[in-house]
Amino acid sequence: MTATDSLPRELARPNALTRFLHRHEGWRGYVLLAPALILMAAAILFPLGMTLTMSTWSLSGYDINQTPGIGNYAAMAENPMFRVLLLRTLTIALTCTLFTVILVYPMAYFVAFHTNRNKALWLIILTLPFWTSYLLRVFAWKVVLGYEGVLNTGLLSLGIVSEPVAALLYSQTAVTIVLAHSWAAFAILPIYVSLEKINRTYLEAAADLGDGPARRFWRITFPLSLPGVVAAFIMMFVPTMGEYITPLMVGGPDSMMVGNLVQAMFGPMNNWPAGAALAVVMMLTIAMAGLVFVVLNKLVQR
Amino acid sequence: MARYTGFYQPNRPLTVYAAIFVLVLYLPILFIPIFSFNSGVYVKFPLEGFTLHWYWDLFQRERLLLAVWNSIKVAAFVSVLSTLIAIPAALAIARYRMPGKAPAAGFIMLPLVLPGLIMGVALLTLVNSLGVQLSLVTVTIGHMVICLPYAISVLLPRFIGFNRSMEEASADLGEPPLRTFWRITLPCNFPGILACLLMTFTISFDEFFMAFFLSGSQSTLPMYIWGQLRFPQDFPSLLALSSLILVFSFALIFASLKLARIGQPTASETKR
Amino acid sequence: MISIRNISKAFGRVQAVRDVSLDIKAGEFFSLLGASGSGKTTLLRMIAGFEGVTSGTILIDGQEMQEYPPHLRPINMVFQNYAIFPHLNVRDNIAYGLRRLGLSKARQDEMVAEMLEMIALPGYGERRSTQLSGGQMQRVALARALILKPKVLLLDEPLGALDKQLREQMQLELRQLQQRLGITFVLVTHDQEEALTLSDRVAVMAQGRVVQVDTPTGLYERPKNRTIAGFIGSMNFFAGTVHRHGTPEIEIEGLGRAVMNGHDDGRPDGAAATVAIRPEKLVLTAHAPGGRAVEGVVQARQYLGGRHMLHVGIAGRATPVAIAVQDGGAEMAPGQPVWMTWKDDSILIMDAD
Repeated sequence: MTATDSLPRELARPNALTRFLHRHEGWRGYVLLAPALILMAAAILFPLGMTLTMSTWSLSGYDINQTPGIGNYAAMAENPMFRVLLLRTLTIALTCTLFTVILVYPMAYFVAFHTNRNKALWLIILTLPFWTSYLLRVFAWKVVLGYEGVLNTGLLSLGIVSEPVAALLYSQTAVTIVLAHSWAAFAILPIYVSLEKINRTYLEAAADLGDGPARRFWRITFPLSLPGVVAAFIMMFVPTMGEYITPLMVGGPDSMMVGNLVQAMFGPMNNWPAGAALAVVMMLTIAMAGLVFVVLNKLVQR
Repeated sequence: MARYTGFYQPNRPLTVYAAIFVLVLYLPILFIPIFSFNSGVYVKFPLEGFTLHWYWDLFQRERLLLAVWNSIKVAAFVSVLSTLIAIPAALAIARYRMPGKAPAAGFIMLPLVLPGLIMGVALLTLVNSLGVQLSLVTVTIGHMVICLPYAISVLLPRFIGFNRSMEEASADLGEPPLRTFWRITLPCNFPGILACLLMTFTISFDEFFMAFFLSGSQSTLPMYIWGQLRFPQDFPSLLALSSLILVFSFALIFASLKLARIGQPTASETKR
Repeated sequence: MISIRNISKAFGRVQAVRDVSLDIKAGEFFSLLGASGSGKTTLLRMIAGFEGVTSGTILIDGQEMQEYPPHLRPINMVFQNYAIFPHLNVRDNIAYGLRRLGLSKARQDEMVAEMLEMIALPGYGERRSTQLSGGQMQRVALARALILKPKVLLLDEPLGALDKQLREQMQLELRQLQQRLGITFVLVTHDQEEALTLSDRVAVMAQGRVVQVDTPTGLYERPKNRTIAGFIGSMNFFAGTVHRHGTPEIEIEGLGRAVMNGHDDGRPDGAAATVAIRPEKLVLTAHAPGGRAVEGVVQARQYLGGRHMLHVGIAGRATPVAIAVQDGGAEMAPGQPVWMTWKDDSILIMDAD
């Protein structure tokens, strides 16, 4: 190597923007985050604000009166129908969430502790149906549960029942089952992740100290997996609270949920301000429930 | 690894439970392809005979083909756009120290804990008050919002697992940031980015809640199916259509989940 | 070449580097030596531009660098894990930085071949980088950085991942390469031996500060504290107390008083200090010599090839004193009484810690 092939590296002073960004790492990060933040602000924050505003408007004849007021909320408070609907929605969502979390826990436990090489494959198998069309999954259930559906005709042709069981479709039970099935993957993943994170040496230490499998589970595994259980609760509870397709497809008149009314108000009933108010109430309910879950988690953790 | 043998022995009841769980998970969906080949008009047992008629029938429906084309257009735009937005966002979350990062990231992930109904209604409210016509464009925007958190959660572990000194080495050798992205980050994380594209494509292709509120006169495929669900005589054709969609979605998502794991240490390896 | 003036770096509330000032000369092999968390790597990353500075200035060739992002700095680096681009072959890795320079394909190939020759991997150009061994990756990382003819080459623990034998070989090669090219090398390492054998000068860092900057000989002969004193060879440490009535003296645990002379660093009367004496600076005899001597008993004896290390227990001190004996060590068996003498100027005085 001789001096002649020395390669001068341009030491041109960087421009003002480059200098600024080099000095401020936080700003560099926010430049990269900006598109995502702008999209979310424009398509989530702004619309939610708009919904909140609209919920204070009112309908006068076919026109919308933009004078702010709490008329929609007052109407909801007065009409017992809303309370019944909200309570029913909460009941369905909570029941289905609870059952799903209980049913899903052993499954997540199995994948976390009793599979080794095929862990990735198991996770794919368990989450695959979830990624595919929600509508089709509900449709499948309609086909299965119908009065003249797969389950009834199957049972009939096997001679197990003599006439179709009517209770299977168009009932609250059907809605709960289908919801649980639809959103189960949302519950599996957080529980699995929290179980997978548990340091195996704790369990070995406990075994070493003479704890049997059951005691090990209740004293170590379960408490450590609680954050995942709470996350599963929230992840499951949110979409089920906002459901309106499943009740329409497999539910009866006694299983309509808040979501159905919201949809109706934005659709056939054409009362958007009232629909917006109901959506706001639904969101507040979800937020409050979420808060309760989180606080419960904090209490249990202590 | 033989690490925990004797400690975490196979548990027979749990294995049986897992098998039943998977069966129940897939059973309802399995009836869809089974009955799509059934020659009977009514979806019930006993099966009558084998036919491909319902599949041929699909190709006679012009509105269906149009809906498929609409869905493909929307999904293509959604996957490319949301991946393009998710890549820098995931890089920022993975790489940069910045004040307020956790709340900002949480805000971007918000759609995961908002019911589709609320997001759909809220966007509808906004679109309406801006006086914008509902179209495939509004559906695309709605889908991008839904897809972004998923896109970021596919990419984030890739970027965190990807040794940042690769990018630093490139900068050190004189390449400016965009060049570094193009020459190092992109090729090294290609499987993850492809996984992200496939996943967002599938989510958008199958999405129903947002499309329900945001599609105008041009319907996407799920909206078409929703419209046909009123006619029980259409069920067999819908089953055929659903089977095709399921196979298509399963293949894409399976590929995506597989791709997302290429080169990633498996859970059991990282914990040692 | 590189001037570091009052550099500090804080990560949130953690102070990683505190007010460090250093001058690294052109053509020097300079090492930053310290345990993990001492701030050495952060300092190196600030020189390279991967971390911004919280306060202070970094000058390279008299030019302030704080505003230059890494890709504009006349510096190249060899990374701890080499950061060889896995999707490129060896040639493309080495030629990576040449793209901007607009050289002809032929010129690039020529330069890469030259580099492959230099790192003793001729003909490896088409190899996939994932097929390389650790040592080979290390060489490719060197070639990739040196092909750009940087003014300064930074090396972040470049040998840490190699096994001992290979590491020693690479140390030799690194030193020869640096001397041949005349480029300034700045090495970060936690390995004292590596720093001392390779470097012209070493900056010892602890808790974000530079404790001592000196040549390896200087560090050996004038260590500023116990840790540095313990870097190479063995060392006997004694508790000491300064006396300033008349001639400044220091009272050494178990040995008695010594005149401080040239070692007097102005500690006040009564101050505690640590006194260190190298084993080879102590003289051991089997019979009582005339003059000042301390009697002790041999507790253990190690043969070190050509000399013995004797561990002698003395009154007033719990740990035995290590003494290197060139001749006659064989006669002093454990249990035997011995006498120990030393010269006052063979003692080192440092902070008690």
